[in-house]
Amino acid sequence: MPDSGSQQRDPEIAKSVPVSDEVKYTTCYMCACRCGIKVHLKDGSIRYIEGNRDHPVNRGVLCAKGSAGIMQHYSPARLRKPLKRVGPRGSGEFQEIEWEEALATAVEWLGAIRARDPKELALFTGRDQSQALTGWWATQFGTLNYAAHGGFCSVNMAAAGLYTIGGSFWEFGEPDWERTKYFLLFGVAEDHDSNPIKLGLGKLKGRGAKIVSINPVRTGYSAIADEWIGIRPGTDGLLVLALVHEILRAGKIDADYLAAYTNAPWLVIDAEGAADHGLFARGADGAALVWDRKRAAIVSASDAEALPALTGERRLPDGRRAVPAFELMARRYLDPRFAPDAVAAETGVPASTIKRLAVEAAHAAFNEAIVLDQPWTDAHGRRHATMLGRPVAMHAMRGISAHSNGFHTCRALHLLQMLLGAVDTPGSFRYEPPYPRPIPPAIKPAGPAEAGKPLAGSPLGFPHGPEDLLVDAARKPLRIDRAYSWEAPLAAHGLLHLVVRNAWKRDPYRIDTLFLYMANMSWNSAMNTAETMQMLAERDEASGEYRIPRIIYSDAYASEMVAYADLVLPDTTYLERYDCISLLDRPISDSDGAADAIRQPVLKPDRDVRPFQDVLIELGARLKLPGFVDAEGKPKYPGLYPDYIVNHERRPGMGPLAGWRGSDGTAEGLGAVNPQQLERYVEHQCFWRAEIPEEARFYKFANRAYLDWAKAMGFIDRADPIVLQIYSETLQKFRLAAQGHGAAQPPPEHRERVAAYFDPLPIWYRPFEESDGSADYPLHAITQRPAAMYHSWGSQNAWLRQIHGENALYIHRATAAAHEIADGDWVSVVSRHGRIVVRAKTMEGVNPDTVWTWNAIGKRSGAWNLDPKAAESQRGFLVNHLISDLLPPREGGYRYANADPVTGQAAWYDLRVRIEKAPAPTQVSEPHFAAAASPPLAARPSILRYGAKFRPQAKKT
Amino acid sequence: MHPAFSVIVFTTSSGAGYGLLAWLGILAAIGRLPGDRFFGAVSLALALGAITVGLLSSTFHLGHPERAWRAFSQWRSSWLSREGVVSVATYLPALLFAFGWIALGETDGVWAVFGGVSAFCAVATVACTAMIYQSLKPIQRWSNAWVLPNYLTLAAMTGALWLAALASLFTVSSLFTTIAALATIALGAALKLGYWHHIDNSSSASTAGTATGLGPLGEVRLFEAPHTSENYLMKEMGYRIARKHAAKLRTISLVAGFALPFVLSLAALAFSGSLAAGAGFAAALLSTAGVLVERWLFFAEAKHTVTLFYGAARA
Amino acid sequence: MTSLPSSPAPKRLGLVIDLDICVGCHACAVNCKEWNSGGIAAPLTDLDPYGPEPLGVWFNRVHTFEVGEGAASRTVHFPRSCLHCAEPACVTVCPTGASYKRAEDGIVLVNEELCIGCKLCSWACPYGAREYDYDAGVMKKCTLCVDKIYNETLDEIDRVPACVATCPATARHFGDLGDPNSEVSKLVASRGGYDLMPELGYAPTNKYLPPRARRASLEKDTPAELAPAVPAGSGGFLAWVDRLLSG
Ligand SMILES: Nc1nc2c(c(=O)[nH]1)N[C@H]1C(S)=C(S)[C@@H](COP(=O)(O)OP(=O)(O)OC[C@H]3O[C@@H](n4cnc5c(=O)[nH]c(N)nc54)[C@H](O)[C@@H]3O)O[C@H]1N2
Ligand SMILES: Nc1nc2c(c(=O)[nH]1)N[C@H]1C(S)=C(S)[C@@H](COP(=O)(O)OP(=O)(O)OC[C@H]3O[C@@H](n4cnc5c(=O)[nH]c(N)nc54)[C@H](O)[C@@H]3O)O[C@H]1N2
Ligand code: SF4
Ligand code: SF4
Ligand code: SF4
Ligand code: SF4
Ligand code: SF4
Ligand SMILES: [Mo]
Repeated sequence: MPDSGSQQRDPEIAKSVPVSDEVKYTTCYMCACRCGIKVHLKDGSIRYIEGNRDHPVNRGVLCAKGSAGIMQHYSPARLRKPLKRVGPRGSGEFQEIEWEEALATAVEWLGAIRARDPKELALFTGRDQSQALTGWWATQFGTLNYAAHGGFCSVNMAAAGLYTIGGSFWEFGEPDWERTKYFLLFGVAEDHDSNPIKLGLGKLKGRGAKIVSINPVRTGYSAIADEWIGIRPGTDGLLVLALVHEILRAGKIDADYLAAYTNAPWLVIDAEGAADHGLFARGADGAALVWDRKRAAIVSASDAEALPALTGERRLPDGRRAVPAFELMARRYLDPRFAPDAVAAETGVPASTIKRLAVEAAHAAFNEAIVLDQPWTDAHGRRHATMLGRPVAMHAMRGISAHSNGFHTCRALHLLQMLLGAVDTPGSFRYEPPYPRPIPPAIKPAGPAEAGKPLAGSPLGFPHGPEDLLVDAARKPLRIDRAYSWEAPLAAHGLLHLVVRNAWKRDPYRIDTLFLYMANMSWNSAMNTAETMQMLAERDEASGEYRIPRIIYSDAYASEMVAYADLVLPDTTYLERYDCISLLDRPISDSDGAADAIRQPVLKPDRDVRPFQDVLIELGARLKLPGFVDAEGKPKYPGLYPDYIVNHERRPGMGPLAGWRGSDGTAEGLGAVNPQQLERYVEHQCFWRAEIPEEARFYKFANRAYLDWAKAMGFIDRADPIVLQIYSETLQKFRLAAQGHGAAQPPPEHRERVAAYFDPLPIWYRPFEESDGSADYPLHAITQRPAAMYHSWGSQNAWLRQIHGENALYIHRATAAAHEIADGDWVSVVSRHGRIVVRAKTMEGVNPDTVWTWNAIGKRSGAWNLDPKAAESQRGFLVNHLISDLLPPREGGYRYANADPVTGQAAWYDLRVRIEKAPAPTQVSEPHFAAAASPPLAARPSILRYGAKFRPQAKKT
Repeated sequence: MHPAFSVIVFTTSSGAGYGLLAWLGILAAIGRLPGDRFFGAVSLALALGAITVGLLSSTFHLGHPERAWRAFSQWRSSWLSREGVVSVATYLPALLFAFGWIALGETDGVWAVFGGVSAFCAVATVACTAMIYQSLKPIQRWSNAWVLPNYLTLAAMTGALWLAALASLFTVSSLFTTIAALATIALGAALKLGYWHHIDNSSSASTAGTATGLGPLGEVRLFEAPHTSENYLMKEMGYRIARKHAAKLRTISLVAGFALPFVLSLAALAFSGSLAAGAGFAAALLSTAGVLVERWLFFAEAKHTVTLFYGAARA
Repeated sequence: MTSLPSSPAPKRLGLVIDLDICVGCHACAVNCKEWNSGGIAAPLTDLDPYGPEPLGVWFNRVHTFEVGEGAASRTVHFPRSCLHCAEPACVTVCPTGASYKRAEDGIVLVNEELCIGCKLCSWACPYGAREYDYDAGVMKKCTLCVDKIYNETLDEIDRVPACVATCPATARHFGDLGDPNSEVSKLVASRGGYDLMPELGYAPTNKYLPPRARRASLEKDTPAELAPAVPAGSGGFLAWVDRLLSG
C-alpha cells in the first residue's frame, strides 16, 4: 500500500472480501417495474441486491424500494401458514391450518360454484403480474367476473391509447429518450416505469433537451423539469386542446403524416339522424374511403396510389355528404372556446404560457426535425430513403388517468401527438412491442357464464361496438363490477373498485365467493374505506350469512385485507418463487426490442407458504378445469407453475415465454415447447430480449419490416398497417346507439350519458365532483406516489418506513396562511363524503387550489406486524377515507360509480375538499380504526443488526 | 446541542474542583496557604472528589468507557485528548501536594512547587475543556473567544466560592479568599453577560443557503427531511430551546450563580463564625447550581450547522 | 492517526452530486444502507425497527428544499453524505485516533476498534455526516464504499460506490477530485461545482453541481405565439391545409 510519506500508516481494512458465495439473477418485485437484479447470497442469506447492468429495464440501477428488498424478504409481517378464520370477519382471529385443509376447503367451495353458476366466483387480482395465468384460469373456471387492478389504476390511459394509436403511454410505449428535444410530462410522479423514466430524464438532462412537467405539484420529476406548469387538477384536457387549437391555427401540423398514417383523411358520413351518421364512409370491401387529390375521386383509404385530402366536403356515391375526419376535428378545435385566452382561467395556466408551449412544441417538431439515415419500406410497399422524426415526446399517467375525464384527456394528448407527427417517429413517443396492435385490439370480452363450462374467451377485452357489451336481455350488466355495461362500456381492465360494493349489494346478483389476490381492498385500494370494511364484514340480518358469503385471499404479508378473509393462502416473497413476466401480460419490452423475463427462487421459504400460481394451478387441477387436466383427468402441470410456464401453449407455438422456444431452443416469439426453456432463462440472467431490426424501429404501425417481424413473433395476427385514429368510430357507434340506432341500445336512463361522453373526437368536461360548481369544497385533493414506497406494502420494511413513516397534508403557503394554518398544525379536511384530521405542512410548489399527500402511507393500527402505536397508524393517513366510491344520486336516485363514464376508471383525483384548522389539538390522525388481531406471525425484533454476520474482518498485520 | 447530563455535570463539577485546586495551589505557591491540615484534607478532598466525579461522569456518555484510556493518545491534535492527558496528569502533582500538606503538614518549598504545578495543570485542564468547545467551528455559539475566559473564570469562581466557604468553616478566611470570590463572580458575570450578548448579536456565517449552496437562488427552506423518523443527528444536535425559556433560565443562572453568591459573600464578610460559613456554603452551592444551569444553557442554546439541513435558517 | 496525513497523496476520491438531475428518489440512501449493512461498518443498526420510533444508522440521507418564492421558486433535492474533507476536524478532534483520513486517497474512516464513542467527531462535522450506532457504541460514517471500490473480487466496472452505481437518474459521479483531468474534475469545472459551507474551511472533496437556470423558452428568438397560417378572419384555413400536403 502506498503510504506517500505520511508518518502514520493507515489501518489495514478488509477491502477485498468476496461479496458473496453465490450470485443469482432474478427480477425485482418491490414494485411493478420489474428490473433485473443480482442477488448476492452469503452463508444462505442475502448479502446484497444490486441492479443487473445487462437488463433492458434498469441497466444496472436499482431504486430505493428495490434496494430495500432484504428487509421485505425478511419482514416479520410475512404470513407463515394457511389461515382459517375463527373469529368474526374483520376480527383478525385466525387459526393456522395445513395446506391440505386449505386446498380442500377452496376446492369444496369453488367446485360447488362451478357446477351451479361459475359467475358466483369473482376472482380479482391487484398487483398481479401473472394475469396471463389468472385470466386464463378464470376463463377455464367459467366466470366472467375476473379483473386485475387496471380499472382503478390506468385503464383510461390504456383504453384511450389502444382505441386511438394502438398502443399507449403507461407500459406500452416510451419517449425516445435518445433523441427527443422537447419532453412534455403530464401528471406523473413515478409511474410503473420507475427506473426507466429516471434513466431517461438523466439522458435528457445530459443532452440538454427541455423538460416540461405539467403537474399541480412540484416534487420529484417536476422539480428537475426546465419548466413546471402547476395546472389545476382535471383541466389538462383543456390545456391540450388549447395547444391543438394553437398548432392548427398556425398550420404547424404534419399534414403528410396525418394523411398517410391516421384516419384524418377518412370520409365521415354527414347524415344527421341516420343510423350511420358520423361513421366512416366505406367501400364494398369495408375499407374506409378518402378523397384522392390526384385523381379527384373517392378511393379506398388503403389505395397506395392515393393522395388523400384532409379537407373538403365530398359527395358519396349514394349522394350523401361526407367530410374528412380532419376537417371535423379542425373545425371543432379552431373554435375560439379552445383558444389559450379562453382556457387560461379554468386551467390556471396563463394564456401566454400556453401560447409559448405551442410555439416550443412546434419549433421542436418542425424546426428541429430529425432525419435518420435509415431507409425503410412502408406497409404499402413505398420505399423511404430516410426516417423523418418529430422530436417532441409526451408521457402521461395517473394525473390524467385518475379523473372522470381522463379517457378523453388522454385521447386529446394522442391527438396532439398525431398532429405533430410525433407517434413512433424518431424523437417522439415510441411503441414497445407487442404494440402497436390493431385498433381496437381484436380480443373482445367473453360472456355470459354457463354452469360447468369454461368461458368462450377471455373475460377482459375490447368492445368494438355496443353489440360487444356484456349485458343481458334487459340491458343489465352481466358482470358483478358492471364492466362492459352501459355504465362503463370500454372497461378494458374491469372495475376492481366496484366489486366489494356490488357483491355486498348483491347487485346485479349475489356472488358466493370473492377470491382476491394481492390487493389490499379493505384499505388503500378502496375508496370509501370505512364503509368498505363494513361491507366486507356485514351479515345478512335474516340468514346470518355474510353478505359476501365467502372471501378467499392470497397475500404474502399481514396486510389490512387479511382480517377480512375466511381463508388465507399465504404466498411466498418475490425471492422464493418462479414468476413469469410475459408478453401475453404486461410486457417489459422497450422501443428497440421485445423482452420478457422470469423470477426464479433465490431462497427456499422458511415458512409453510406456497407460490400463489402453484396454488392456482393445483386448484385448477383439483377442480378438473379444462386445460389444467389431461384427457384422463390427471394434472396437466404436475410441476405446477414452472411446468406451466414451459409447457403451456395459448395457441400452437405461443406460450408464456417468447425466448428460447422450439425443441432446440433457437426459436423466438413462436415455436414449439422447449423443455429446457427455464434453464435457458436462468443461464441468461432470467430475461430474454430480441432486438427489433434496425429499419423496423420507427413508424411501426406502417413499417413493413416491423409488421412482418411482429407477425413472425406472434404479436399481431396479420401484418396489416395500423391506422391511427384521430376520430374514433367506435365511440360514435356508442353515441349512435344512445341516439336510438342499432340493435344494442342503452336503457333510457343511461342514454343521455352515453350520448354525451361517447364523442368521436376528444372532449373536455369538468370532473364530476366539481361539475356542480359547489363552492363548499374549493380545493382539489390528490395523492402522489413516493419514490421510496410502494403502496401499502413498503411500511413493513424496516428501512423504507424510516423514510416515509407518516405523511402530512401539503398546502400552498398562501392558502395555508389564508386559513391561519402553520406547519405542524392539525387540520380537518372535509369532502362531500367524509372528514379526516391530519397534520399540515406548507409549501410553495403546489397549485394554490390543491392540497395533496403521499399515497398509502397511513396504516391501520396493528396491521403489518407494526407496533399498534407506530407512526403509520398514529399520524399517517389515507385520503381514501374522503373519497366516495359512488357519485351523488342523480334523478331517480341512481348512483353511478365515481369513475370515468367511458372506461369506468376510478376517479381518485376528482376529490374536492375544504380545509379548516382542527378545533381541538390532537395527537392522532382521524379516522382511527381499532386494531384487529394479528394473525400468527414472527415476533418483531426490537433491534435489527442485519448484516452483522457479514462484516469482513481485517487481517491483522 | 442536546444538553447531555453527564457532560454538564462533568464540566460543572470538575470545573469547580479544578478551580478549588488551582486556588489552593496558587496560595501554596505564593506562600499564603493556611497550614491547617484538616482544612487541607477537606478542601483537597473536595477538589479532587469533584474532579473525579466529573471525570467519571464524563465517561458515562461514552459508547465504550472501557476504552477511555485510548483517549490519551491523540494529544497532538485533539483538545479532548489533551484534556484527558492533563486532567489525569493533574492527579500526580495534586496528590503529592496533598501528601505534603495533609500527611507532612508542609506547604512550602518543594510542596509549594507541587501546589503551583497542580494549579497550572488545573487551569490547563479547564482550558482544554474550553478549547474542545471553542474549536468546534460548526457551532458558532461555541466557536468564539468568549468561551475560554468563561470556562476559566467560572471554574475560578466556583472554586473560589468553595474555597471561601471552607476557609470560613475552618476559620482561616482571609481577604484574599473573599476578594477572589467577589472578583471572580464579578468577572464571571461580566464574561457570561458578554458571552450572551455576543451570541445574541452575532450569527454564524453559515446559513441554509451556504449549507446547501443554494443561497444564490433564494431563501432556502426545508420541504422534506430525509426521514420522518428521528435520527442520531437530530437527537444529538437538533436540540432547540424556546427563547422565552432560555431567558428565564438565564435569569435563574444569573441570580443563583452570580448575584446571590455575590451578596452572600459580602454578607459573609459582615458575619462571622457559623453564620459566615453558612453564607459561604450557600454562596458556593448556589453558584455551582447556577453554573449547572448556565452549562445546560451553553448546550441548549448552541446551534449546530447540521440543523441547517433540517429546517434552521441560521446556525 | 488523528493528525492529518502530513503529505497527503494527490489522490482525493470523492463524489460529485448533480442537483440539477437529482429527483430525490432515495435510491442512493437505501442502496448505501444495503451495501454497508454487510460491509466493513456493518451492521447499520436499526433500533425499534417496527415500532413507534425507528432509529437507524444511515450514511446518506436525501433532503428536499424549496428555494425562493413564487414563480422563481424551485424544489431541489439534496443528498447528503460525508464529503471526505481535506481539512476534516472530525479527524483532528478525535481523542483516540479512531477517526482518520487515509493518506492514500483521502477517504475519511472510523476505526471502530479504537472508537470510544465520545461523539466529538460528530460535533466537529458541520455536515452531519457522522452517525452514531447506539447499539455498537461507536461512530460510523460513509466509507466511500472502500470495501467496494477496491474490491478485487468484483468486476472492475462494479468498483464504484453503491450510491453511484444505483442512482437511477445518474446524478452521482465518483472519481479522483485531486486530478484536474479526471472526468469528475472536468464536470466540476464545466458545471461550476461548489463546496458546501466553504466558510468553515473544511475543504470538502465532494462537490455539488448547482441546479441549472430554468429555461422558460427553447430558443432565445422564439416568438411569443405562433403566427396564424392564414390571415385572421379570412376563414381559409381548411382550404389552405391541403397545400401543406406534399405530392
Ligand atoms: N388515494 C389513493 N388511493 C389509491 C391510489 C391513489 O393514487 N390514491 N392508487 C390506486 C392504484 S393506481 C392502485 S394500483 C392501488 C394499489 O393498491 P393495491 O392493489 O391494494 O396494492 P398494494 O397496497 O401494493 O398491495 C397489494 C397487496 O399485495 C400484497 N403482496 C405484496 N407482495 C405480495 C406477493 O408476493 N404475493 C401476494 N400474494 N401478495 C403480495 C401486499 O401485502 C398487499 O396486501 O391503489 C389505488 N388506491
Ligand atoms: N415508488 C412507487 N412507484 C410506483 C407506485 C408506488 O406506489 N410507488 N405505484 C405504481 C402504480 S400502481 C401506478 S398506477 C403508477 C402511478 O404512477 P403515477 O402516474 O406517477 O401516479 P401518481 O403518483 O398517482 O402521480 C400522479 C401525478 O399526477 C399529478 N396529478 C394529479 N392530478 C393531476 C391533474 O389533474 N393533472 C396533472 N397534470 N397532474 C395531476 C400528481 O401530482 C402526481 O404527481 O406508479 C407505479 N409506480
Ligand atoms: S423500480 Fe425499483 S422496486 Fe421497481 S422493480 Fe425496479 S428496482 Fe424493483
Ligand atoms: S439516487 Fe440519484 S436521483 Fe435518487 S436521490 Fe440519490 S442522487 Fe438523487
Ligand atoms: S464531511 Fe464531516 S465527517 Fe466527512 S470528512 Fe468532512 S468533517 Fe469529516
Ligand atoms: S466517537 Fe470515536 S471516532 Fe468519534 S471522536 Fe470519539 S473516538 Fe473518535
Ligand atoms: S460512498 Fe458508499 S458509503 Fe458513502 S454514501 Fe455512497 S454508498 Fe454510502
Ligand atoms: Mo396503479
